[in-house]
Amino acid sequence: MIYLDNNATTPLHPKVKEKIIDFLDNYGNPSSQHEIGRKVKYYMDVARENIAKFLNCEPEELIFTAGGSEANNTVIKGAVSCCAFCNVARTHIISSVIEHPSVLNTLKCLEQQNVDVTYLPVDKNGLVNPVDVQKAIRNETALITIMYANNEIGTIQSMEEITKIANDNNIPIHTDAVQAIGKIPVDLKKMNVDYLSLSGHKIYGPKGIGVLFRRKGKKSLCPLISGGHQENSMRAGTENTIGIVGIGEAFCQLSLEMEDEVKKIKYLRDKLEAGLKNNISNISVNGHPQKKLPNVLNVSFNDIEGESILLRLDMHGVAISTGSACSSGSLDPSHVITALGVSPEQAHSSIRFSLGRENTEEDIDKTIIAVKETVEFLRSISAI
Amino acid sequence: MSETNWNYSEKVKEHFFNPKNVLKVSEEEYNADGVGENGSPVCGDLMRIYIKVKDNKIYDLKWKTFGCASAIGSTSMLSEMVTANKGMTLEEAMEIKPDDIIKELGGLPANKIHCSVLGDKALRAAIKNYYRNSNQTEKITVEKESRIVCECLNVSEDEIKMEVLEGVKDFDTLQKRTKIATACGKCEPEAREILDKYVKQYFKTDIYTGE
Repeated sequence: MIYLDNNATTPLHPKVKEKIIDFLDNYGNPSSQHEIGRKVKYYMDVARENIAKFLNCEPEELIFTAGGSEANNTVIKGAVSCCAFCNVARTHIISSVIEHPSVLNTLKCLEQQNVDVTYLPVDKNGLVNPVDVQKAIRNETALITIMYANNEIGTIQSMEEITKIANDNNIPIHTDAVQAIGKIPVDLKKMNVDYLSLSGHKIYGPKGIGVLFRRKGKKSLCPLISGGHQENSMRAGTENTIGIVGIGEAFCQLSLEMEDEVKKIKYLRDKLEAGLKNNISNISVNGHPQKKLPNVLNVSFNDIEGESILLRLDMHGVAISTGSACSSGSLDPSHVITALGVSPEQAHSSIRFSLGRENTEEDIDKTIIAVKETVEFLRSISAI
Repeated sequence: MSETNWNYSEKVKEHFFNPKNVLKVSEEEYNADGVGENGSPVCGDLMRIYIKVKDNKIYDLKWKTFGCASAIGSTSMLSEMVTANKGMTLEEAMEIKPDDIIKELGGLPANKIHCSVLGDKALRAAIKNYYRNSNQTEKITVEKESRIVCECLNVSEDEIKMEVLEGVKDFDTLQKRTKIATACGKCEPEAREILDKYVKQYFKTDIYTGE
């Protein structure tokens, strides 16, 4: 199988797998005072330090969560509501229309509780205009949350500019960096966001582990899960120690390999894009031509439908994903592709290739042939 | 290829991967006796059905479909059902219901049921087109008028059913799409009841796939 769905999830890095296997017998609870517990606490501290080093932040600024979705929920819900003691007066959030469901559905939920949300539009390439962010700010704005890079089209937002606007207006700023981490450099000393979410399984680490960065001195958030004092009382529950050791090692590997891997991945992505354009007529690429993750290629193959392409490519041994409505069981095609102003027909025809560190030149050659065959077949039976 | 966790039955897969009776020549060359179409590219499905008729029987049927696996699979299945045993009579073919196609396919996921609805509608359109082409307009039966639920905006029970088949499950979405009960609002309780009835009928299980 040729796996081109790395934005959905990634295979474990062999070194991460090794590290986890070696660690598995360490059953201690990191909160315990005895040696068995202390040993696990040590492993956890090392992991946290490795992540902090990579992101250029302090280890205490990192909170382990069960994943990117939990990190997003913690910041967004914590910014406006949480509990009676918080007494938050600010009740407005600024976000964008192309956020991940873990942001959009959380915001929708808050709207039911009288929180006002401004969903900023994007241009045809998927970019939020920083000027729009500035204009949307109100006295009662509690949070600005804009994703660093989009999962479906790979568009990278002008995060530094948006962050500066938030800082200048003294409004907390959060970015969902789940797709950006490991693909583009993220330096938390250079970019002054207050909160940032990331996930382990998008960077060759295990599933069920994520990180929330909260800048020192910034408003404390009510924990989503209350209980014990783990994670500075920000996230109760005995830690997912296996996941933490895994994500720590994933960051170690990123420090070592990311630069070279990304170069290779970008080369393969560009080769795929050129190969598809040269071999298949009537296609269009969705997303920003330059400000784009190096591993993503989102293409509309006009006159045929995404789910059909996905399933026939699956038969050919190529794994991709689609923003087509027909594969998700919803009425409308991807909210991201439609937000670009692409016609519904083209949105139904879109599929996403997302490359990873395991892909080879041969994978790309085979994929181009499989896609060409699939598209030609489906077009030959299409009623359009 | 992995065979695990497919949403579709073996029959749907077979017809999707090896569709039967696809129109391979140009429309001019095939020269159908009747042509019918249903769906819209905007919604992600469009089917066109071409029939040839002799002695009141559909002896050949060809088709073209833009759509997902179940849209393609169900048109292919329909083409075999109609042309089996030297072809159905036009009257028999007019009576094909979505459930007949679904049964032959060995079931469809709940959110895909509307794909089979398109097939039987396209077929009826092709038959009517044949009647018109062959000056037998008297045979075109007017489909039974569906009961009007919202009198202000003229929304029928059938339309509510079709919206459910398209995937609508909540009243707000139904209202957004049909404008039902947006004028006097008198029909809202009844509209909600009808919506509920069809949702229960077609969506016993929900399918969710998130990333």
